[in-house]
Amino acid sequence: MHLKRIIPCLDVDKGRVVKGTNFVDIRDAGDPVELASRYDLEGADELVFLDITASHEKRDTIVELARHCAEELFIPFTIGGGIRTEDDVRALLNAGADKVSLNSAALNDPGVLAVCARRYGSQCIVVAIDAKQVSADPPRWEAFLNGGRVSTGRDAVAWAREAVAQGAGEILLTSMDRDGTKDGYDIPLTRAVVQAVNVPVIASGGAGTLDHLVEVVRDAGADAVLAASIFHYHEYTIREAKEHMAAAGIPVRI
Amino acid sequence: MLYVIDYGSGNLRSVQKAFERVGVHAEVGSDPRRMSDAKGLVLPGVGAFGAAMADLERRGLVEPIVERIAAGVPFLGVCLGLQLLFERSEESPGVAGLGIIRGDVRRLPDTVKVPHIGWNQADILRDCDLFDGIPDSSAFYFVHSYVVVPTRPADVLTTTEYGVTFVSGVSFENVAAFQFHPEKSSILGLRVYENFARRVYEGWEPAGAVEGDDA
Repeated sequence: MHLKRIIPCLDVDKGRVVKGTNFVDIRDAGDPVELASRYDLEGADELVFLDITASHEKRDTIVELARHCAEELFIPFTIGGGIRTEDDVRALLNAGADKVSLNSAALNDPGVLAVCARRYGSQCIVVAIDAKQVSADPPRWEAFLNGGRVSTGRDAVAWAREAVAQGAGEILLTSMDRDGTKDGYDIPLTRAVVQAVNVPVIASGGAGTLDHLVEVVRDAGADAVLAASIFHYHEYTIREAKEHMAAAGIPVRI
Repeated sequence: MLYVIDYGSGNLRSVQKAFERVGVHAEVGSDPRRMSDAKGLVLPGVGAFGAAMADLERRGLVEPIVERIAAGVPFLGVCLGLQLLFERSEESPGVAGLGIIRGDVRRLPDTVKVPHIGWNQADILRDCDLFDGIPDSSAFYFVHSYVVVPTRPADVLTTTEYGVTFVSGVSFENVAAFQFHPEKSSILGLRVYENFARRVYEGWEPAGAVEGDDA
């Protein structure tokens, strides 16, 4: 049976993890690889590394990160954050990343998704969508740029559909309204995107309890749940999350 | 020596380091002479069936592979390396595969999301040393659009449900091959490589790195 995935997300700045460093018995809490290996052992199905480095060395640091992770990790991992060009995508895949996630660059030029998907296959091209609700009735969300600061005026569901038509093989959907709130994922948003596309949707933003993970899979049809703080700060282990989902009837790898 | 066959496909380093992790050196290359010295061969691969066969031909690897398998050398195929063992594929009509295992390769039906990406379970249909220490219905990581359809039921080792039941593992004499990626399937995937190393080097025991503690 096809299984639902739990994906911890690690923020990385200049090659160092800046969120998710609260493991108690770890030698180097800022080492992405050491943390990632720990999540692998705990049962994480995949990992997402979000590079937040703001400097001109950015490209080199994320390629180095991908190479470093590929040496040590035995689960798939995705790298995202500021990836702009086909050259960036190629460099990361060659360094050993399983998937690459594009956000602003795809919104600015959706054709980059098509170029990358044609060359490397849709299975390794993820489009990250940061969505914010702009009207309640009827419900409508727009895609935002630059971590939710700049509106594009584009309907998030329509953008998801176009991104898939261009060649994206998976959608990483973050609710900017819920991100950091721990109030639960945005179920209507996730459901709207799941129903609009025929590729897996990773729900992100708002996880605060294990029931939230269950709800977004059961009620919105998400294929995977991404979470950061509930795992990083050891509120729950991946295993507890999986056991909770399994008890709710969701097929997971335990 | 264990030899990972390089025919220009990606994914070789991840297979090599999986063997390293369980404590076995694996050489990567495309030299038929090194292949004939090897005690075990691995054919990994991602990409398209026709392009892969053309690359194998161009590098003069088809005959050595067939000859080594006939000589009884333990052989492991992964993902496209499974599909290439068959006679033909819908992906590349008119291209002959290695023809080691009878049957063909067909596209997953339109009724499911294709490619099939993610974790899915392998139901183990019969005893195989490569699954020592691996419970039935364990999950492995898949990324593929095509599936193998063996002619002989006896060649089927594992099946997986994804809208349809498809063959996710085959075993035939000294040949075993999987549709999933053990090198991306965490601890149980590494155990497949460990078991293959044990098949290649009788009496070999792993260093213990796969047992769980990563520190």
